[in-house]
Amino acid sequence: MMAGKPRVAFYWAASCGGCDIATLEIREKILDLAQAVDIVFWPVAMDIKYKDVEAMEDGSIDVCFFNGAIRNAENEHMARLLRAKSKVLVAYGSCAHEGCIPGLANLSDREGIFEAVYKESPSTENPDGLVPQTRYELPEGEVEIPAFYDTVRTLGQTVEVDYFVPGCPPQADQTWAVFEAFVSGDLPPLGSVIGAGEKTVCDECERVKEEKKVKEFFRIHEIIPDEKKCLLEQGIVCAGPATRSGCGALCPTVNLPCRGCYGPPPGVVDQGAKLLSAIASVVDADTEEEARRIVSQIVDPIGTFYRFGLPASLLRRRKIQ
Amino acid sequence: MAEKDFEPRIIAFLCNWCTYAAADAAGISRMEQPLNVDIIRVMCSGRVDPSFVLKAFLEGADAVMVYGCHPPGDCHYSEGNYKTFRRMPLVEQLLEQYGIEKERFQWGWISAAEAPEWAATTRELTRKIKELGPLDWKGYLDGMESEGV
Repeated sequence: MMAGKPRVAFYWAASCGGCDIATLEIREKILDLAQAVDIVFWPVAMDIKYKDVEAMEDGSIDVCFFNGAIRNAENEHMARLLRAKSKVLVAYGSCAHEGCIPGLANLSDREGIFEAVYKESPSTENPDGLVPQTRYELPEGEVEIPAFYDTVRTLGQTVEVDYFVPGCPPQADQTWAVFEAFVSGDLPPLGSVIGAGEKTVCDECERVKEEKKVKEFFRIHEIIPDEKKCLLEQGIVCAGPATRSGCGALCPTVNLPCRGCYGPPPGVVDQGAKLLSAIASVVDADTEEEARRIVSQIVDPIGTFYRFGLPASLLRRRKIQ
Repeated sequence: MAEKDFEPRIIAFLCNWCTYAAADAAGISRMEQPLNVDIIRVMCSGRVDPSFVLKAFLEGADAVMVYGCHPPGDCHYSEGNYKTFRRMPLVEQLLEQYGIEKERFQWGWISAAEAPEWAATTRELTRKIKELGPLDWKGYLDGMESEGV
C-alpha cells in the first residue's frame, strides 16, 4: 500500500444495493475502517460525481470494491474507469463475481426485456409502445441515457479483476476479514476467491445426512421440511452440494435450501451442471420413464441450477432463435 | 438456414464396453458411417458430466451424443447406466431452456452387438443436423456480447 492511508472506493453497477448494505453490516467496525482508510468514492454514502473519479490519476485508488454486474453502457464505462484508477479491483458480491439474479436476464435479450417491461407487464400503460432510446432531443438540448445490452456480463468478463468475493450478499464477517487482509497485506495470489471457504455448503451444514433417495421433488411452498434432516433428502432442491462454503450454511440453518449464491466450489467450472448432476444422482428411479417423471417436477432447471451464475456459466446465455 | 456444404461436427461420448465396441465393430465391418462424428471414449456413460456436453456445444459441436449399455443389466459396472438415465432427461430440459434444439442432443443405448444400429444412428443424426444447420455457439455469443467491447 502507498504511504499514508490506503485510498478505497466502493461502486455499484447492475445490482440491488444489497452489497452496499452488506458492507455496512460490519456495523460499528465501519468506524474502524474509516479510521484506517480514506474512502474516496462511494455513491451510496458520499456525494461524489463520476467526473471527480475521472479526474483522479490512474492507479491512485488502492482498492476498489466493485459490486454489480455489467448490464449497460454506464456499468461498463465505470468498470473500465475504476479498473484504470485502481491498483486492485475486487469483484465484490455475486453480481460482479458471476452475474447473480440480474444475470437471469440472459434468458432473454434487450428486445424481449423491453417488450415485457414496457409493453406486456399488466401494470404498464403505454399505448404508443414507447421503449427507451439512448438519445432524445429536447428544446434544452440532447439527452443521453446508457445503452442497454442484450447480455449481462460479469465484471471479470469485462475488465481484469484481481480478487473475487462471492455471496449474495457477502457475509459481514467475511467482508471484515477481507478488509483486514487488505490492510495487513496478507493476500493470496491475484485472481483468487477471497472471503469464502474452500469446501461446499454441505460441509458447513449441520443437518443430519443419511441416504439420499428422492421419489418426489417439492418447491419450498409445497412442504414444511423436517428441521434436522438434510433438505435434499426431503426432496427439496438444495444447492449445497455444488456451492462454495463460507456463509456458514445460513439458509439451511433457517430451514430454507441453499440457493447457490457463493458460486461454484474450487475446481468446478460450471456450477449449474454440477448441481444438476448432484440432483440427478439422488433420483430414486429404476427406469428411464420413472426418472423422467421425477425430474419433471423440477419446474425451471436453468433458473434453479444457475440462479446466481448464468453469465459465468459455460454457455452464458440462452440462444434466442 | 442450412448451408449446402455444411459439414456438422458431432461429438459422441461412448461407453468403453458397449457403444464404443459397437462403433469399433462398425468400422472393422466397413459399415457406411459419416465422417462427422468424433468419438470420445469414456469408461461409462455414467461418467459423462453434464458440463462435458455444455463444453462441447460451447467449443463448436453442432450435436452431442451420449451412448452406453442397455439398462437394466448390460452395464459393466452394474448400474452406471442408471446414473445416465437419471441425469440425461434433466440435461434435455436444461438444453431446451438454453435454446438448443432437441435434435442436437441425443442419448441412449447401443450394445457391442449392435454395430449396424450405431452406423445407422450416426447417418441419421448427421442428416438431421445438416438440415438444421450450424449451432456456432461462440459466434452467437460474440454477436450478443459485442456492445461496448
